[in-house]
Amino acid sequence: MKKQRAFENFVHGIFLILGLITVGFVLLITLYLIIAGIPAIREIGILDFLFNTKWASTASEPSYGILPFILTSVYGTAGAIILGVPVGFMTSVYLAKLAPAKIRTVVSGAVSLLAGIPSVVYGLVGMMVLVPGIRKLFHIPDGASLLAAIIVLAIMILPSIINVSITASEAVPREYEDASLALGATPVETYFRVSVPAAKSGIAAAVVLGVGRAIGEAMAVMMVSGNAPNMPELFGSVRFLTTAVASEMSYSSGLQRQALFSIALVLFLFIMLINAALNFFLKRSKE
Amino acid sequence: MKKFLTLALAATLAVSALAGCQASQKGGTVSTDGSTSMEEVIGILGEAFEEKYGISFTYNPTGSGSGIQAVKEGRCDIGLSSRNLKAEEKADGLSETVIANDGIAVIVNPQNSVSDLDVETIAKIYKGEITNWSQIGGSDAEIVVIGREAGSGTRDGFESITGTEDGCKYRQELTSTGDVITTVSQNPDAIGYASLAAVGDGVKALSVGGVLPSEDTVKDGSYVIQRPFVLVTKDDTELSDAAQKFFDFVTSADAAQYISQAGAVPVN
Repeated sequence: MKKQRAFENFVHGIFLILGLITVGFVLLITLYLIIAGIPAIREIGILDFLFNTKWASTASEPSYGILPFILTSVYGTAGAIILGVPVGFMTSVYLAKLAPAKIRTVVSGAVSLLAGIPSVVYGLVGMMVLVPGIRKLFHIPDGASLLAAIIVLAIMILPSIINVSITASEAVPREYEDASLALGATPVETYFRVSVPAAKSGIAAAVVLGVGRAIGEAMAVMMVSGNAPNMPELFGSVRFLTTAVASEMSYSSGLQRQALFSIALVLFLFIMLINAALNFFLKRSKE
Repeated sequence: MKKFLTLALAATLAVSALAGCQASQKGGTVSTDGSTSMEEVIGILGEAFEEKYGISFTYNPTGSGSGIQAVKEGRCDIGLSSRNLKAEEKADGLSETVIANDGIAVIVNPQNSVSDLDVETIAKIYKGEITNWSQIGGSDAEIVVIGREAGSGTRDGFESITGTEDGCKYRQELTSTGDVITTVSQNPDAIGYASLAAVGDGVKALSVGGVLPSEDTVKDGSYVIQRPFVLVTKDDTELSDAAQKFFDFVTSADAAQYISQAGAVPVN
């Protein structure tokens, strides 16, 4: 009996340690980013760093303003949400409520595949097809632009939005819908007036998850957005927070490198905020 | 894109690199770290060296700045840089040995009718003073200026030679030579620059002031947009036997054929 208890405690201990390792990693990364990111912000000045519009990290008189990156990330993410959410949402309603079983299997499979495509492949296809396409379609000198990045991001966030929305729609109690149908509402009316409002915090969580994915994506947008540190314009070449870190990191040195860590810290704070929002919505959808 | 693979590789290899450094002290391997522009040259040299001496050779393509940093911190035997060392780096106890010169080709799309520009005109294009191909004898289309990211050795070389430091108005800042070539080959109005060794089909190299970039014109100095390939070593640390052998090999006359094979121009 005693032996068994000891064994139980031992196993508990192991699980606890494994759990703590994960927490440890999060703390370690957070701590590292803060320690690595603060010095440059101090040296540059937080206002100058966040609100200066000029980034020229290797110039003889360097300027480290990341406002263009912040705005580009915000606009790019917003654009991806505007394009991606309606499509993802409609798809999820269709799959959860309307689609025949066979079509549902096929479409769900396709959505899962979409989620499994590596981002570098999105970037490559974007670079070879989308960028020249935008150049020709809009008669602009170069297609690598915020618009190209928005389109790529919108496609990339579809799977997360669809999967989470489906789960939310399916969690709506059957009785709600039956009651609505019994009162004479048509199926489509029922879905939009009853099921969707009942699932709305789950759907909000899906949107926040999409925002999180879009703001953190680096590889694919780096290949289609042109990477010049301009203030964002739909048809202009732009640089995101993520790509600002990724594109200059390998050759950077001194204050430039420290500033890149500071950008990563800013990005990290953004993602923390988004995660907090996600938790908030998920909690509400459970209640 | 290539760089990302490199980053990922570098991360996974970080552990083995540590192990590699220890091994190199016993005389088993030579580790080099640095310029991505030197990839082709150093790859061929490394292969020839391994074959000749049976000593294994590693190359970590991280960029000139990182390579110089790595040799300074003793994380590799020899650093590779595609620019001359700065005064402060030399003051830090590093020294440089030029093994070759590399021409930086100015490239346009093959459909572009412009085929010759002088350095001054190229500088004006990159500074945004000339914005349309028709101003320099081409078709009526806006010039799409493609360059490399801040910190790149190629960008540093190009901008210092053309006198456009800090003044370039880039439409796109790409992170690898391959990306620049792909982008220029896809856009008829684009202009870019890339290491001469890497320029192949799909793009057209412009002649500069009437001189086409080639091994001969880089060697005799008549093609002006060129930069050195440099081995970086630490003054106060002696090279291991293996690293010394590698150093002697790449600076010998024997190495010249391999360097030319890679498209760069040997100094010896």
